Amino acid sequence: MKIAVCVKQVPTREWQPRLTDDRTWIREADASFEMNEPDAYALEEALRLREKHGGEVVVCSAGPARVQQVIREALARGADRGVHVDGAALASADGFTVAAALADAMRDEAFDLVLTGLQSDDHGHAQTGVALAELLGIPHSTIIMDVEVGEGRVRVKRELEGGWFQWVSMPTPALLTIQSGINQLRYATLKGIMAAKKKEIRSVAPPGVEPGLKILGLSLPSKSKQTALIAGTPAEAAAELVRRLRDEARAL
Amino acid sequence: MILVVAEQRGGALNRASWEAIVCAQQAAAGEPIAIAVPGGGEAARLLAESGVGDVLSLEHEALAAYSPDVQVAAVAQAIALTTPRLVVMAHTYQARDYAPMLAARLRAPLVADVIGVKGSGPSATFLRPMFQGKLVAEVSPQGTGPAIVSCQIGAFRADAVVKGAPGAVRVVPVAIDAPSRQTVEAPFQEARQAVDLGQAERIVAVGRGIKAQDQIAVAEKLAAAMGAEMAASRPICDNGWLPMDRQVGSSGQTVAPKLYVALGISGAIQHLVGMKGSRTIVAINKDADAPIFEVADYGIVGDLFEIVPALTAELEKPR
Repeated sequence: MKIAVCVKQVPTREWQPRLTDDRTWIREADASFEMNEPDAYALEEALRLREKHGGEVVVCSAGPARVQQVIREALARGADRGVHVDGAALASADGFTVAAALADAMRDEAFDLVLTGLQSDDHGHAQTGVALAELLGIPHSTIIMDVEVGEGRVRVKRELEGGWFQWVSMPTPALLTIQSGINQLRYATLKGIMAAKKKEIRSVAPPGVEPGLKILGLSLPSKSKQTALIAGTPAEAAAELVRRLRDEARAL
Repeated sequence: MILVVAEQRGGALNRASWEAIVCAQQAAAGEPIAIAVPGGGEAARLLAESGVGDVLSLEHEALAAYSPDVQVAAVAQAIALTTPRLVVMAHTYQARDYAPMLAARLRAPLVADVIGVKGSGPSATFLRPMFQGKLVAEVSPQGTGPAIVSCQIGAFRADAVVKGAPGAVRVVPVAIDAPSRQTVEAPFQEARQAVDLGQAERIVAVGRGIKAQDQIAVAEKLAAAMGAEMAASRPICDNGWLPMDRQVGSSGQTVAPKLYVALGISGAIQHLVGMKGSRTIVAINKDADAPIFEVADYGIVGDLFEIVPALTAELEKPR
């Protein structure tokens, strides 16, 4: 099976927002980056499918030079080779623009399966994977919790709201957006990291696609509530909180 | 013209569709609103009775069970019929499954997970969360064609909808050229849920800040002292530290208890949407900038492993 996994490099979970002077993007120089967590689950699923059915796992990522970090990370975890669509503007671009860049680089490879995370922790549009499927002309399903590969088909368990699920089948090639928790992540071993250095990363330029969305400004969320912050030693804060919950909020 | 796409399952209208209508009413500058109802039926009649706009019942037997191919074909026809400048829907699991395909096919910009509209008319811009809720972006769709907007569940209040004189349902037979590439099976719920968090009066929830499975006991002691049920954010359940039926969030249960205590929970969107309706929210987190404090009534910035035992001790004191 030839499996593609699209991974995105996003600011780390601990990152504190710092904006550019015009407030239309984040100050990247101040950020540390990591692999988008849902994409890590997609990569793990691809590696498991390769272990079960044989084949090749190709990791694809779009963005500036720094995204090679997550491509290398994926190679270290076991992906066979990488594709980097190299463009600085792709970091802040909308999902369709990124999907178009990926589609351009991936189309000729004729993958059997394309896996992506269900959404990114930075933009959170949940768009790139599904748009990529449309651009590649293949069926898709989203928020997947289980994958069964058959002869020229996949049967997948789609997560719905509130604890409901649904099994869906479609012919391959197909694209799936993967939900976190589908599996347990493996991490790169030292052996994997060393081997990754020798694996190929093919670099391509993005097509010129006009972005569909413009970010006019970023700001901190406005508070809809007044939060009463309770200070003091743990014992003092605890006593104060309990008092207020009993007397003010009547929640206890 | 603004076109709203309603969502239903088995004849029941998804409540979030009313929220999408409210969003459309806010974005409209004296222009007409139409509501497309894939699958028609009782949901279409309910909407038509409310007089919120022209109701288009999109009908084809293939629409009886949702699949993205058929949904996109049907909605694309409704768009061709009404030529809207905006297409609005609720940001549900179903919307995430088909809206980006519709957007890509039409080359329409998609603004997903919208929490507010700034202004109205063609120059209106949209507010949406980014970076797990740490920032809010003001976004403008580009180009001259329609833009697609999906609204975050609960961001627009369904009871703010402006109703009008009841209208008729207009039947729109949909042409489906090719069968869906997907075969779908009936939706099901996993093993009967042991706990209905929706009934709990008080909830103590843990997030990544609890750090290890054996440290959950600290929270459980607090829950016992408070007479509360235990719950968790998704990553805790993904790790198997608490069962999936304890999960609060967009993929688990939505709760609105009298008291919700969030321990070591950062407040990512996926969790907030499941609990922000709680009457009183307490957040304990070592990060003063964690988005959970946006929704908290009371907050303590500090080490939960020091604060929670102190809280438990305080609650166990005889009164």
